[in-house]
Order: sequence, then structure tokens, then C-alpha cells
Amino acid sequence: MTVSTTQPRLSLGPVLYYWSRQELLDFYSRIADTSVDIVYLGETVCSKRRSLRSKDWLALAQKLTCAGKEVVLSTLNLIESAAELGTLKRLCSNGRFAVEANDIGAVQLLSGNFPFVAGASINIYNARTLRVLADQGLYRWVPPVELSRAALADLQRQRPDGVETEVFVYGRLPLAYSARCFTARARNLPKDDCRFSCADYPDGLELATRERESFLVLNGIQTQSARSCNLIAEVGNMASLGVEVLRISPQQQHTETIIEIFRRELSNRPSKGNAVRVVDKLTPAGSCNGYWYGVSGMDACTIAEAPWR
Amino acid sequence: MDRHYDMTQEAPTLPELVCPAGNLSALKAAVDYGADAVYMGFSDATNARHFAGLNFNTARAREGIRYAHERGTKVFLAINTYAQAADCTRWQMAVDLGAELGVDALILADIGVLDYAANRWPELRLHLSVQASATNPEAIRFYYRHFGIRRVVVPRVLSIKQVEQLAAQSPVPLEVFGFGSLCVMVEGRCLLSSYVTGQSPNTSGVCSPASAVSWEDTSRGVESRLNGVLIDRYGGGEAAGYPTLCKGRFKVGDNTYYAIEEPTSLNTLALLPELQKIGIAAIKIEGRQRSSTYVKQVTQVWRAALDACKQDLPRYQARPEWLRALQQVSEGTQTTLGAYHRPWQ
Repeated sequence: MTVSTTQPRLSLGPVLYYWSRQELLDFYSRIADTSVDIVYLGETVCSKRRSLRSKDWLALAQKLTCAGKEVVLSTLNLIESAAELGTLKRLCSNGRFAVEANDIGAVQLLSGNFPFVAGASINIYNARTLRVLADQGLYRWVPPVELSRAALADLQRQRPDGVETEVFVYGRLPLAYSARCFTARARNLPKDDCRFSCADYPDGLELATRERESFLVLNGIQTQSARSCNLIAEVGNMASLGVEVLRISPQQQHTETIIEIFRRELSNRPSKGNAVRVVDKLTPAGSCNGYWYGVSGMDACTIAEAPWR
Repeated sequence: MDRHYDMTQEAPTLPELVCPAGNLSALKAAVDYGADAVYMGFSDATNARHFAGLNFNTARAREGIRYAHERGTKVFLAINTYAQAADCTRWQMAVDLGAELGVDALILADIGVLDYAANRWPELRLHLSVQASATNPEAIRFYYRHFGIRRVVVPRVLSIKQVEQLAAQSPVPLEVFGFGSLCVMVEGRCLLSSYVTGQSPNTSGVCSPASAVSWEDTSRGVESRLNGVLIDRYGGGEAAGYPTLCKGRFKVGDNTYYAIEEPTSLNTLALLPELQKIGIAAIKIEGRQRSSTYVKQVTQVWRAALDACKQDLPRYQARPEWLRALQQVSEGTQTTLGAYHRPWQ
């Protein structure tokens, strides 16, 4: 692995929630004006969400490219039906934009034909896996969100040449996928008649414990953490780990502000006050960073606890 | 070339019955009561049921394999967690040991481990674990093309219709879950356990580990917690269950309910004729963490059901005494068809 001395670039992950067509278009026109370098576009959670069709996403990709962004088309995490596979095939063979694979089915379709990014739900836990995928055209990977800094450092030491690493540094953590739609279930509706319930929850539907402690977020067939992962305190050390890209996951509000706070941190022009606290105030339900520290993902550790300091 | 089942040409063969062996006595129970194959794991993080007091050391594994083989039962070895970067040799050693012990197949999930096994032991039969979450024919093709897998264990997220379509397009035969604890999430794609406890099936081979569980009798009822997070609270008369974190009661809006899944077991006894018609290669029984009594009971019922299918498929019906016997050993003493039955989704 060659350790880059340049600062990591910033990326914006795909919108994980069900926003309307207008909300998505407005959001991305604001994103075009931010300093984010890479934008991942597309529906990754549920094939029933069709605010934008494939051709709309491609048009948006074109626009953002013109605005100077690198665009990657992201794909569904759980592929079951023939229709979902059909959409996936069209995206994989678009011939123009790189694709983020979130299922091995996508890797198979892209293998040997198109360079691809492996998203966080592709289970890459060791260098041998990374090498097999790099041989098939992987040029960037997002480690599983549960991977600790220590595990990532081990893997980075054995990383094949020509592969970039992108770390999920901000947002509610995607934790699980199911055949069941939990948002529909919360309304006593079956998945086949979900009435697009997700549209009512632009940051997902919060699930609390019986002690009213905010715990998880239901987002259709996806389950997320209620707390947002916040690794802004680590930004300055990512380059020494050989991390090239930092991913911010969109939320309904403040996404552009969060991008600029991370940008300032990367450029050594930190925001006034403690950056961790500044970002924490912009989360929907508090923050966590335990995975990075090798403990429970929900924990919020402080810099003082970091064994690598 | 994909294999397509032509129902008109030949009667599908009876699915193999694959039963759990969490220890030697469970293995013997499965063999004695009619399993066609048993599956087991070593006592470390290389398998997805890494629980205290469970699984096999080398000597026990050798003894179990001998016992099974002498009676014509196959042995599959599950090495189905993800090899961790700091310690990959542990997974490679498990593969080597399995090959040397003469197991009939390895059940693997990790691409790195599959790559190692396919190169080091090219003759050894490889099955793709459910933990690899292969839910579509393209995903299966990837593992078939690169590692020559000969069977796929399908995640418990597909409807029966989807299983049928997958079987028709898959380059290799499918193994499906027939009975046992139900994962509501796609296996291999669930990090809920590590979010709460730091340990997950992918990294440590455990879910909601016992070391993180605590119980407390309070004025509000018995409370079960996982690393301090309240998973459920049981009022007077309610039987308290193990706090598997997706099977607790939570609040969404004003409602308190099983927001993710009820404590229930999967039971597909009623679907057996359909599974056979689809050409399913094997039915898997979950439960390496369960007792040998469970294994005996479940193996016995499923053997009888499969034999009934063989004798007279058109008249097959799940018998009430079978269902009663399975009910007794079910989690939460309820059973469901799970995702096979579309409305469950």
C-alpha cells in the first residue's frame, strides 16, 4: 500500500430515505454548490421507491458531472426479483458512470467489464477478499461500518495497489436489511400494500426502547442506528491510514453545512468551537463512534480513550 | 450453462435432510434419527454459532465424523464467519483441518476463505453459507464461477415463489431452511448485535451474546437487557424470553410491540411438497445451539415427513402430531412460514 500524503476527498453517499422527486432535485442542486468531491446517486433501499427513474438519475448524474463532481451510480442492497435484477443490469451497463455494487450480484455483472466501487454491505473483512475483487475491477471499497480503526489499519497494510478506501464518517449507520418492511409493519400494513409509508419519514422512523431511549431507525427494509456516526475528530488522521475518501450520508437537514464543516477540518481551517460538538448538534438524535474504537457501535468514545494516540 | 429443472421429464429427488450438530451427542442424535447430513463447527470464531460450551475440538470432530460416516451420514463443516484481517490464518487452518479430517463439504461465506479453500483443496466440495447472503442468480454465479461452489444455502428472506425462480436460474442446487430460529434480517447483512455489544455474526460468530445479557426483577416486571439496552420487559404471567435484540418489544410512535419480529420459529413442514417440486436439494434444520433432545425430536419429525413425501407425494399432509412435536421445541412456542409466505413480509 502506498500512503498518500494528500488530504482525503469528501463524498456524499446515496440518499437512503424516500424523498419526493422535487426534494431530491432541490437537494442535489444545492449539493452541486457544495465542496463535496464525489456524489453517489440512486435508490439503494427499496425498488418500490421511484421518485426518480433510472433515466432521471442519469440526467442528474450528467448535471453533477458538469458541476465538477465525480458521480458514481449506487445500486440496491437486496436484490430478489427479476425486475430488480433488470434495473441493476441497466445501471451496471450504463457505460458512462462508475457503479457502486451493494450486492455480490452487482459485482458479478460488473466483473471484468466495468470498474466498480464495493459499498459497505459487501462483506470485505480481509485483504484476500479485496484482492479477489480488485482482480475483477474493484477500484474503491467502503469497509463494513462495523470495522474498527485497528482492523482497517491491518487491512490497509495488505491492500492491493490501485485500490482506494472510503470510510463512512458521518450519518445514521445502515445496520441491517430484511425481506420485511418495518415501516409498513409499524402501520399494520403488508409490504405489498405499503402505501409508500416511508415518504412520511424523511430521516426514517425512530424506534425507542420501552424506556424511551432512542435506539434504531426503521427505513423500509433497512434498519439504521438512531445515533449518527460522527468521526470528525478522526479526519486529520485518515491520510496516515491511507484513506482516500470520507463519506457523509445525507439527512433531511444540514447536509450541506456538515459537508462544509468536514471540508474546513480537512483544510486545517477548523470551525469555531469543538468540531465534534458542532457536528453533534446537527444530528437528528445524537452521535456515536464506537465501531471505530473497536467497541459497541452505539458508544460515544472520546479522543482521550483512543489507544492509537 | 444453467441448470433448469424440467418437471415433466423426471420426478425430483427427495431433498437431503441436513441437521445441526452443536456437540457430539447432538451429532449422534441427528445420525441415529435419520439425518442425511449433519453440519458442525469448530470451537472458535470461525463459525456462526460460536457459543460457550458448544462445537468441536479436533478429537471430538474426528470422533463425530467417524460416527456419522460409519452410518452413511455426511458431515458438513461450517466455517462461515468472515476472516478478520489480523487473524486470517485461523480460518485457513480451519479449512485445512476440515479437509484433513475428511468432511464431505465445507460451508463457507467469506470470499477470501472460499478463494483459499478452492485453491488449496480443489477436490473438496464447497457450499455457500447463508451468511454470504446470495439472494439472486447473479450473486450465485459469482461464487460458482470463481470458486466452483456446488450448493447454496439461501437466506430466509425469499418468498416461495422467489425460491422457485431462483432454483430455476441458479447454476447450482439450493438448500433452504426448513425449521428453527428465524433470522428476520438477511444473514450476513445484520450488524445489530455489534452495534449494541461489539460482537456480530460476521466478526465473532455470535448474535446477542450471553455475556452481554442481564436480567432484573423490578417493580415494573422482569427486565431483559443487552449491554444495558432494554430489550423487553415481562409483566406478571408472561414467560420471559432470551433477549435476542431483534425479538424484543420496542416503542414506535405511541405503540409498544414486536417492532422487528416476534419470538417465533420458522416451520415449513406444510411447504414440503412445493419445495420438493421446485427441486430443492436439501432442507436445513437450524439449531446448533440447541440440545440433543431438540435435535432428536426435530430430526425424527422431518425424517418422517420426507419419507411420507417419498411414499405418496400427492397425498402428503403435515400431520398434527408432527406439528405438535415441533411446536414443543419452538422458540416462543409459535411457528411461522416466515418470508416464504408473502404476507409475513
